[in-house]
Amino acid sequence: MFKPYSALALAQHALSPERPWPRAWRSPEPKSSYDAIIIGGGGHGLATAYYLAKNHGLRNVAVLERAYIGSGNVGRNTTLIRSNYVIDGNTQFFEHSMKLWEGLSHDLNFNCMVSHRGQVVLAVNPVQLDTFARRGNIMRLNGIDAELLDRGQVMTLLPYLDYSKEARWPIWGGILQERAGTVRHDAVAWGYARAADTLGVDIIENCEVTAFVMDEGNAIGVETSRGKILGGKIGIAVAGHSSHVAKMAGLRLPIESHILQAFVTEPVKPMVHHVVSWGAELFYLSQSDKGGMVFGGHIDGFNTYTQRGQFPRIQTVAECAVSLLPFMSKLRLLRHWGGIMDMTPDGAPFICRTNIKNLYFNGGWCYQGFKATPASGWTFAHTIAHDEEHDLNRCYSLDRFEKGKELDDYGIGNWTYKQ
Amino acid sequence: MRIPCPHCGERDVSEFRYGGDATKQRPKHGEGNLKTWHDYYFLFDNPKGAHTEYWQHVLGCRQWFKLKRNTATNEIGEAS
Repeated sequence: MFKPYSALALAQHALSPERPWPRAWRSPEPKSSYDAIIIGGGGHGLATAYYLAKNHGLRNVAVLERAYIGSGNVGRNTTLIRSNYVIDGNTQFFEHSMKLWEGLSHDLNFNCMVSHRGQVVLAVNPVQLDTFARRGNIMRLNGIDAELLDRGQVMTLLPYLDYSKEARWPIWGGILQERAGTVRHDAVAWGYARAADTLGVDIIENCEVTAFVMDEGNAIGVETSRGKILGGKIGIAVAGHSSHVAKMAGLRLPIESHILQAFVTEPVKPMVHHVVSWGAELFYLSQSDKGGMVFGGHIDGFNTYTQRGQFPRIQTVAECAVSLLPFMSKLRLLRHWGGIMDMTPDGAPFICRTNIKNLYFNGGWCYQGFKATPASGWTFAHTIAHDEEHDLNRCYSLDRFEKGKELDDYGIGNWTYKQ
Repeated sequence: MRIPCPHCGERDVSEFRYGGDATKQRPKHGEGNLKTWHDYYFLFDNPKGAHTEYWQHVLGCRQWFKLKRNTATNEIGEAS
């Protein structure tokens, strides 16, 4: 079907530019039925289809995307990957994701530009540094790399921060995960799409699901803008719009949709060589390969499906940026945009069965959807193929609040983002 | 986004705090079982469209009020 990308293919195309690169994936008409249907052609949906085909031999699979591949949150995030989680369940899941990131470009035969540039989370008081030591110990006990840094070490690694006496939040130290970093987000969507398509998965773009086809309480298919499609198993992977789609199946979810904004400045020469996160306020920054400072902060604070952010949040995030990195005051903002997040009570996601037979749910990604993409697809594919959760995602069930099994990674109770 | 406080008039969104879905009915004390309270506390309709919600004018009169807003467009409706 498709020739693998290689240095030789690159040279051949360079020498004969009149011959265009072939389409990376087909554009098939939807069939009347599939063994499995994944609703949502974002990173998680595409990864799920890929691992269904690769790990579980399920190749009669369709991915239904309302718009085009790469148009949703997979192309709207700030591209960070890390695995520095504290709570059992999260720790192992996100480390599994990190391991998949490490081999992803080879696995997909697509350069995802995985950059293990390291992430430093900065402590702004001694108590915070103590909690970072605890976090680092938990990570190391789980075989994850973590290194505690004192103020001097941070000054060597990140010399451009505000270390003056006037700094509003003095930097006491930090925690470094060297394997953390960034990945080119579009390449992840394209790479998974192409790899899944090569294994026989039908990627159907411009195909919006409008209703579920039910039979005696079981989900047996979907009505779409391109006709009725039956499916043996149906997975929902539409984070941001989870409540909207799940409602069509009669489900009510522990989710509110909120807007998270992201920002890019004009490009400058290489300067920030890590991902820098701040302990004083939710703020993080990295420098893209093109030179722009990519950064973000908190959600706007009220539920909305509009992808338009509010000015007060822009001001807060800009204040964080200038407070931590004084040089940011000299840079102009090139672009800023918003993406819609499924916010959950405890900040952890859902990858699970539902109380409707043959209907599976993946969503509730809060701030952490992108870094989870490989493990999310990997475990969701397992859950769909075996009709049972894998050990890695057993904790991400929809009924965990009824059972008192919240995954409270911030340690401050439910509805963290409302506090 | 600008919000019409029923007491102070129209002000910038930065003066307000969002308080969630105002159509939820709190179960009566002692009513129902664990599931009743779980559903009340944890589950949301989260509609894409018309929504009635609580806001508090934190940096103004500090009163709580109900506001109608369209979550698909952020179009502001009546406040009461």
